[in-house]
Amino acid sequence: MKHASLLAVIPLAAAAGICLAQGQPSQVGPTPELPKPEQGLLPDMVIAKPADWGDKMPTVPEGYKISAIAKDLKIPRQTLVLPNGDILVAEGRGGNAPKLKPKDVIAGIIKARGTSSVKGGNRLTLLRDADGDGTYSASTFAENLDAPYGLALIDNKLYVANQGALVRFDYQPGQTRASGPPETVTELPSEINHHWTKALAASADGQHLYVGIGSNSNITERGMDVEADRARIWQINARTGEHKVYATGLRNPTALTIEPGSGQLWAVVNERDELGPNLVPDYLTAVQAGAFYGWPYSYWGQNIDDRVRPQNPDKVAAAIKPDYSLGAHVAALGVDFSSEAMGAKFANGVFVGEHGSWNRSDPVGYKVVFVPFRDGRPSGPPQDFVAGFRDSDGTTRGRPVGVTVDPKGALIVADDLANVIWRITPTSEAGAGAGKGPGTGTGTGTGKGTGTGTGTGTGTGSGSSPSAAPPPSSAPSSGPAPSPGSPQQPAAAPQ
Amino acid sequence: MTQLIENRYALTVHPVPAVFLAGMFPWFLGAALADAAYAQSFHIQWNNFASWLIIGGLVFGGIALLFAIVDLFRAYQRARGIVPYTVVLLATWVLGIINALIHARDAWASMPLGLILSVIVAVLACAAIWLGFRTPHIRGAK
Repeated sequence: MKHASLLAVIPLAAAAGICLAQGQPSQVGPTPELPKPEQGLLPDMVIAKPADWGDKMPTVPEGYKISAIAKDLKIPRQTLVLPNGDILVAEGRGGNAPKLKPKDVIAGIIKARGTSSVKGGNRLTLLRDADGDGTYSASTFAENLDAPYGLALIDNKLYVANQGALVRFDYQPGQTRASGPPETVTELPSEINHHWTKALAASADGQHLYVGIGSNSNITERGMDVEADRARIWQINARTGEHKVYATGLRNPTALTIEPGSGQLWAVVNERDELGPNLVPDYLTAVQAGAFYGWPYSYWGQNIDDRVRPQNPDKVAAAIKPDYSLGAHVAALGVDFSSEAMGAKFANGVFVGEHGSWNRSDPVGYKVVFVPFRDGRPSGPPQDFVAGFRDSDGTTRGRPVGVTVDPKGALIVADDLANVIWRITPTSEAGAGAGKGPGTGTGTGTGKGTGTGTGTGTGTGSGSSPSAAPPPSSAPSSGPAPSPGSPQQPAAAPQ
Repeated sequence: MTQLIENRYALTVHPVPAVFLAGMFPWFLGAALADAAYAQSFHIQWNNFASWLIIGGLVFGGIALLFAIVDLFRAYQRARGIVPYTVVLLATWVLGIINALIHARDAWASMPLGLILSVIVAVLACAAIWLGFRTPHIRGAK
């Protein structure tokens, strides 16, 4: 009997799922192991159980400390450090994807349990540390935005990527409130917005903006028509708003940044779900102009995704492999290049914020990692930089999203579950270590890729670039040891 | 006395389970046809239709199944033929659940297994209805 044999499959599939969760292939780096796709009857879903931080804190490496510099925000996603040290926070929650199948209804209810119940703020909050003591006061910079996400500053224009349009505000240094409603630079693809986040980075020369536009489905289950203009990165002329397609086949490019020095565009991309716990790796890659990265037809090069009809062998053949796997389902939502100011051990590389998995029996992500670089390429396995967001029993206090390196020597992490902004700084000892470190800072032209255009780039970079060249003794730090990385001696931040 | 016995046996199904039992078929037939249309056209909307039609068939079939199981466990209503009827109906429903899970997969991942299962479920539903209407309904309980 047909049904009898099918019924027998259920326990087998469950057992197979357990086995695979235990034996984990090596999944990070430039050549991840890619197991065969697997599809059970029920998807593996392990959802975060939100909890308050109480007196607990995220964990950071020795020589660093962490503090919450803003609380009770409304779904903070991405941040931007302005030239004067102020921090802008984009808050919001977007997407208007209709539920097409019974599965969408059920999965929507389950997944919502792992996120904050706060309503998205649709605003920009400005954080200012007026006296440099590491405590920040918050004020609202702009309101009535539409799920703002990506932020960038070019000269005196502040660009904000709403879920449906790229807009800009006039900005003068020191300004604490937008002088008026923003001007629309260009509309962005927003129909359905299954993946609604619009990541943003300004080119090093300040001429262009790059916008990441996610796909309108996991794997074309909303039809091919709605994928026109999706799963790609646009290059937009900052002056005119005209755009051209910069790269395609990137399922959900959730964060973009510019490599200091080279000006190369990098992205973190979230790959497709429901092919098993170890497929498909989310990745970090230098985005090559004109390249096709596979979605939806294939993944990691020429691995065909059989769920797509009609298939397209020509596109599969044209697909290129990304540079560096972060592991399947980690949900990378933030990326930024580090600088000398972060201390020697973490000076050369990128920080990646990992929101954490839902589609995996053994959850991954829920932390900020550091991917070390050498000669402009990833050069080793990711190291935990901020962790402790999730306990092994599933209790989850926070979920990292955007990460931004403050040229003064701090990592700013947005947490959209706790609705907190975290700030991680080297303690003076770590700063000393930074000064004596390799001392060969590779290109540190601009402190922060996203948002530092030509005008501001030199200003923000000054914290780190001059200090890399002269010997440590010339550093102006008042710390107990030469500390080019952390010119400020941040007082123990309250927490 | 004789009259009473004749009243207990009726060769008609009770109208309430009959509605749900017979009503299950169009849902499952529609799901099979929608799957066939998706397989032909790759148009995703047919796949969405099939997913919901299967749910409808499971609701109707599930209610009919509840009636059958209740009858099965009440000795005085256990008419001849109720066991094969219940078994086939149960098989239809369980396969229908599996089919619903297969249809929860994204895009073409539900194919071709989804289409095959939809056809089998539709045929089984037909058989269950046939058997159900042949099983005499026993009225009354004293």
